Amino acid sequence: MTDTNKTTRQVNVTSKTSVSVLFAGDSGDGMQLTGTQFANTVAVHGTELNTFPNFPSEIRAPAGTIAGVSGFQLQFSSKPVYTPGARFDVMVAMNSAALKANLKDLHRGGIIIAGTEGFDEKNLKLAGYPEGANPLEDGTLDNYIVFPVPVLQLTREALKESGLSSKEVDRCKNMFVLGLLYWLYTLPLEGTIETLQTKFQKNIQMAEANIKAMKAGYYFGDETELFANLGRFDIAPQKQHGVYRRVTGNEACAIALTAASKKAGLNLFLGSYPITPATEILQTLAKKKKYGVKTFQAEDEIAGIVSSIGAAYGGALAATNTSGPGLALKTEALGLAVILEIPLVIINVQRGGPSTGLPTKPEQSDLFMAMYGRHGEAPMPVIAARSPVDCFYTTYEAARIAIEHMTPVICLSDGYLALSSEPWKVESPDNLVEIKTRFQPERKPEEPPYLPYKRDDRLVRSWAIPGTKGLEHRIGGLEKQNETGNVSHDPENHELMTKLRAEKIARIADTIPLQSIDNGPLKGDLLVLGWGSSYGAIKTAVEQALEAGQSVAHAHLRYIHPFPKNLGEILGNYKQVLIPEMNSGQLIHLIRDTFLIAPVGYGKVQGVPFNEMEILAKITDIIKEIQ
Amino acid sequence: MSDNDTSIIAAPVLTAKDFASDQEAKWCPGCGDHAVLQQLKNVMPELGVTPENIVILSGIGCSSRLPYYMATYGVHGIHGRALPMATGLKVSRPELNVWVATGDGDALSIGGNHFIHTLRRNPDINVVLFNNEIYGLTKGQYSPTSKVGLRTITSPSGVIDQPFNTAALTIGSGGSFFARAFDRDGKYLRSILKRAALHKGTSLVEIYQNCPIFNNAAFEAFATPDNKADHTVYLEQDKPLVFGKEKNKGIILDGFTPVVVDLDKEGLSTSDLWVHNEADINKASILARFADDHADSEEFLPRPFGVFYAAERVTYEDALTAQIKDAQKNGFATLEELLKGESSYVIK
Repeated sequence: MTDTNKTTRQVNVTSKTSVSVLFAGDSGDGMQLTGTQFANTVAVHGTELNTFPNFPSEIRAPAGTIAGVSGFQLQFSSKPVYTPGARFDVMVAMNSAALKANLKDLHRGGIIIAGTEGFDEKNLKLAGYPEGANPLEDGTLDNYIVFPVPVLQLTREALKESGLSSKEVDRCKNMFVLGLLYWLYTLPLEGTIETLQTKFQKNIQMAEANIKAMKAGYYFGDETELFANLGRFDIAPQKQHGVYRRVTGNEACAIALTAASKKAGLNLFLGSYPITPATEILQTLAKKKKYGVKTFQAEDEIAGIVSSIGAAYGGALAATNTSGPGLALKTEALGLAVILEIPLVIINVQRGGPSTGLPTKPEQSDLFMAMYGRHGEAPMPVIAARSPVDCFYTTYEAARIAIEHMTPVICLSDGYLALSSEPWKVESPDNLVEIKTRFQPERKPEEPPYLPYKRDDRLVRSWAIPGTKGLEHRIGGLEKQNETGNVSHDPENHELMTKLRAEKIARIADTIPLQSIDNGPLKGDLLVLGWGSSYGAIKTAVEQALEAGQSVAHAHLRYIHPFPKNLGEILGNYKQVLIPEMNSGQLIHLIRDTFLIAPVGYGKVQGVPFNEMEILAKITDIIKEIQ
Repeated sequence: MSDNDTSIIAAPVLTAKDFASDQEAKWCPGCGDHAVLQQLKNVMPELGVTPENIVILSGIGCSSRLPYYMATYGVHGIHGRALPMATGLKVSRPELNVWVATGDGDALSIGGNHFIHTLRRNPDINVVLFNNEIYGLTKGQYSPTSKVGLRTITSPSGVIDQPFNTAALTIGSGGSFFARAFDRDGKYLRSILKRAALHKGTSLVEIYQNCPIFNNAAFEAFATPDNKADHTVYLEQDKPLVFGKEKNKGIILDGFTPVVVDLDKEGLSTSDLWVHNEADINKASILARFADDHADSEEFLPRPFGVFYAAERVTYEDALTAQIKDAQKNGFATLEELLKGESSYVIK
């Protein structure tokens, strides 16, 4: 018999389809850990899940202030979910700043579990409430269901004989809250108990204290009268049988690079410089040494990409990862990779810009830079991931295109995908598409000279790696003579090479899948065309619009350069096209430019992802206008 | 064919010509780069490495055109970035013989950051730094090694920047090998290049290279037979520091201060002198400072040539390979394990 069955009182359990929960507190309150543990538990339970952490860029912003608020939002559901929820149903607020910062996104009538110690005079002042005002007492929260819980006091009581210092005891308060939420959603404690035992392997006292605090939270729910009217909830698991794992977008990128290297029969090399929010890709790959992965933390962004170019020349699957300011630093080297025509994957995890901008917040504002941000004419494939799990498939595809087409490829993610997570049914190696690596074979002395820039029918040149006899050749950043690769300043040759480089990229369209309609009719009033992390919000909004009987469809682009061959035809099947983007309108320029149509743009540049309600409202407006 | 069979087939004897590409060197007539290229071709056959296993990388500048003229693998990269490219290549292909051709602007100005970090990491690459104390390819602007007061097109009133001291910078960055040579002294240059090639770790060879067009005779004090003997000291392992036309001058260490002594006048013998020891980083640091003094000052010290410092230190790629081997000691991980991860769960 497990501990969680030790209920003392009958409490009504209500079944629900979906719930969105926000854990919010001070950066030091351990909300990320609490949210992650909760997410792991619901994932293992088998519900659908989407998570989104939201934290300040400062490591330790002043405690108790709005700037220091750290949040972890997740939606779990009996049906597929694609966003963490436009608004949350439940908010855990460990202090008054957390409440103040997030109240606007709580559904009216939503539940607030407030740690009362975070609402003392000092905390209220730090959060900027006027003197004497306390939202827990002054009627501010009349439209919500509020449960004030003295979390700190109850944690201290539970751990009074733990032998830990008072500071250590206080740090366990997040586990108390976690236990309470497990009770509320009838979830088991076992997974977290195991995690805590592993995490504090060398400090059993600490492991036991955390477990005890969590159980105390669980029993508190059971024993207190506080929740008698509300009762408990149950979100029925719906996942199909199988083996799953939970991945963030950044983890998925790292796994994909490793998987692609294995499938291609190459060694993986990542040259990288830490930058938010892309760093976890480097961190994850640094731990993949048993797969033979080599990571190189370079002295700067430039050395990151240039070391990868060196590795690619040597025959590795080479990659570099970065975010906007880092991509800017890498642009000269991108030009080199284009003219060398060697495989290279550049993962750009976009964040709010320009300059340092909003380092921890997502934006889709690097599309122009990915497309055009180079000197000279330097075309390069650009593809974009739509969800944390899709970061795997898109990065894998970037590696395939790079290797099979001998070109650098920009793979776009963003800060939202990077840190969000969702369950992923573990992929079988056999389901991954083959990646064909073709090294140029040795040349015998009697054979004609090796021509490094001779191309096949896809205009792809050969990959001749050092160590191969008879292929010794010199290439570089200076313009090359067609086929021989020798330095050439000939005017006609330069124009020819410029065209060949562009046509080579254009021909990739012959090898990529046609664009599909994600949802909705193949012809109709409105097509919502998205790219990147807005997928979940658009998907959910279009589902709702379709349920309301509107004539709307959703297409989501993975391939931005080159576009899928049938995209123009698809765009022509709708009376209007709506392009929501987390920028002031970048894809819309490319679409207008390429297809000479006039779509409607919808930009959001707030460092915050779209939510489904915003997009649904826009869809409804446009359809009204059309009709 | 077994390993034994291959060992009895004698490798063809290669000559300098086998390392010459079909491209004509396009440096100015009289440029010191021609001499360095020739010595590099000369030394290659002595290394026992076949051309397909040699890669020469470079950045931008006159000297960075060098890869085009060698019949090995090569990449002419972007300004200042040859060192990280070499590191990436060496880390992913440790068995290759990797060289970098660079200049004072490429290595010490635009590539300065890569220079110091590459040296401290110590990948096993050979860096040949052509120092002509000027920007040649962009036509005559001062460089980070130009002497104070040098009048150039961008310093019409004279350079006011303190120049870099390549030797001190190399040693200060944690480099494991520093040597200096001279373009005109072919045989000596060749011997130094060979030493550098055989050094395991990053070897940095600074070559005083004359630019006849924009900074002619910058190193004249060390070049003409008249000047050379009194202005240079050639370093030899375990040998005292003796120089001068009559071999009658020496250097002693007075505490940490090097002092020139006259062996004839001061009743000293060579056994009293500073004995060169490549493994001694403190002495190497003092030797590096010899370049700071002006020939006409009372503290004049001759300019050292040869191997200042050579230390055995683990290379970056060996250290990384060891970590990977250690991670794989319980067997190689499969793609299936990768995809499954370490925290997967089963939904029944």
